[in-house]
Amino acid sequence: MAASSSSIDLSAALVLEPVAALDWLVILPVAWCIGIGAILMMVRHQGRLQPLIAVAALCVLVGLDSALLWHVAGEGPVTMVMGRWLPPFGIAFTVDLTGALFALVAAIVALAGAVAAITDIDASGRRYGFYPCLMLLMAGVSGAFLTGDIFNLYVWFEVLLISSFGLLVLGGERQQIDGAVKYGFLNLVATTLFLIATGYLYGIFGTLNMADIARKAPLLKETAPLVTLTALYLFAFGMKAAAFPVNFWLPASYHTPRIVVSALFAGLLTKVGVYALIRVLILLFPVERLALSPVLSVVAVLTMITGALGALAQSDTRRVLGYLVISGIGAMLAGLAVGGPDAIAGTIFYALHSMLVMTALYLAAGLAARTAGGFSLQTLGGIHHNHVLLSGVSLVLFFAVSGLPPFSGFWPKVILVKAALAGEHWWLAATVLLTGLLTLIVTGRVYLLAYWRPAGNAATDVPVALPATAFMPLLVLTALSIVIGLYPEPLLDLVRGAALTLDAPAAYLDSVFPQGGAP
Amino acid sequence: MNSLILRAATPFIVAVMVLFSVFVLLRGHNEPGGGFIGGLIAVAALSIYGIAFGVETVRRAIVFHPLAIAGAGLLLSTLSGLLSMFFHVPFMSGLWVYPVILGQEVPLSSVMSFDVGVYLVVVGAVTSIALSLEERGEE
Repeated sequence: MAASSSSIDLSAALVLEPVAALDWLVILPVAWCIGIGAILMMVRHQGRLQPLIAVAALCVLVGLDSALLWHVAGEGPVTMVMGRWLPPFGIAFTVDLTGALFALVAAIVALAGAVAAITDIDASGRRYGFYPCLMLLMAGVSGAFLTGDIFNLYVWFEVLLISSFGLLVLGGERQQIDGAVKYGFLNLVATTLFLIATGYLYGIFGTLNMADIARKAPLLKETAPLVTLTALYLFAFGMKAAAFPVNFWLPASYHTPRIVVSALFAGLLTKVGVYALIRVLILLFPVERLALSPVLSVVAVLTMITGALGALAQSDTRRVLGYLVISGIGAMLAGLAVGGPDAIAGTIFYALHSMLVMTALYLAAGLAARTAGGFSLQTLGGIHHNHVLLSGVSLVLFFAVSGLPPFSGFWPKVILVKAALAGEHWWLAATVLLTGLLTLIVTGRVYLLAYWRPAGNAATDVPVALPATAFMPLLVLTALSIVIGLYPEPLLDLVRGAALTLDAPAAYLDSVFPQGGAP
Repeated sequence: MNSLILRAATPFIVAVMVLFSVFVLLRGHNEPGGGFIGGLIAVAALSIYGIAFGVETVRRAIVFHPLAIAGAGLLLSTLSGLLSMFFHVPFMSGLWVYPVILGQEVPLSSVMSFDVGVYLVVVGAVTSIALSLEERGEE
């Protein structure tokens, strides 16, 4: 209660120095999303108001995340502990470059999705809460990227999972419920595994603060079953990230919801799994990662190859894209298998590129379906004839996802291949290149069949006008991909800095435990 | 449910349960209780009301849509955390005021408003589920 009157030394338990205004950027993205989500829940029946509030709020979120990235790039990792309790007892939000970069790109993707949803989500979808779910999903995603506490990470996983259920069943068709059940069940299994692993971790370390675990892990590696623990986390997050062989939930569910929802999921959800893998494997258990590197390599190779081959075998554009998401996850895992700052930089870069480009590809598929009436490669056709701009944008995205220069997919692949060769992981390097070729064949097939081929029947040969709000997000995301491809230096610097902080986490630890002190 | 005994007893039971839920909510700061469990007791009261008099009566009685109540609670909790911003302490720090009301010192805190928010979220969300399930049963 009135603790200040007692004679207890509060500095041993509480943060006593005032918090700088800029440090609030650490928590604001999450609090903002939750607050706006709550307001949107209260005005659920104002169908016209909802998109306005959500789009404006997401613009602010992009601003907040940019400011956070700028702050972290200048000052190094920033920490804020909830309720003044000193870490490791208080829950810490610790933001380093990795978290800030992921959060910013996630906000951009969500903004694009919210704008595209203005025409894609009808009045009934709005009444069932598309926008509140989107804001709460962003709260979960941002929280996962910004938190510095592994149990708190679990909580944000739950938040984003529950919001994603809401988005997945929007519309309530039989096929959607079917997809949602598969998605929900398998994700709950993964989340439960995550919880069990965290229980073991708490039993071993007696702490949940990531920085605290990172500094205690080297002391316990002789006595505690840390490789087993890391393997459990690998399994749980691998399932979230859709790594082979626990990725069957993704192709079973990603083609069922509204296309905007698919786009958001492709951009956000699996990448949260990859981010969690980066955190656990690189920051917390680097020594154990080395022991698991052979397993990771096999998983990465199989994920890349099965993803690309799976995409080749599909005839529904959304399913093709679902498999391409998986194939990209394989490339990110390859970076984790190689290890070292360069490969991690490649993984982070690839994840950021994949968030932008996969979202854009789903949006493009949605527009293609709107103009040419469907998602089936057997019936699609004539898009190039009717919509040259859409065709051109899609071609850029196809090249970007295949990793051709001068688009954003090229650089991460270069970094990954270089790092894999330097680490003498020949198979990984070869597979990354082979997957690039296979992806090019996949996207080439889609382009030839759906875009280049003349429309089969005259009925679909009439150009359909595309609303600007549907087209603009696609254009912006594609432009970002081109800009990153042509001028990668700023982003390269940032991801290198991010990888260095993860590889040698002294700055991260300092930000949580400024006085140092023995673990 | 068409039972005279239930319908006669319900108003008293519901009134006592809602009062008790508020008591549990306020007691929760230092003793067992709190927003979550208090909210569940309130939902139990509303459910009994719904079983006795039908879902429509409950919806009229709580005035706002259950999800709007949940949203208001979530907003209240978030704002309770953000209040710390104006006192230069980290997010969700407990802040206290001690106004004297009618000669009695009443400690009020952001912890309490956070818990009231939790209470509203639970009442809103679980009532929404209970009412839709009951509506299906009535059809």
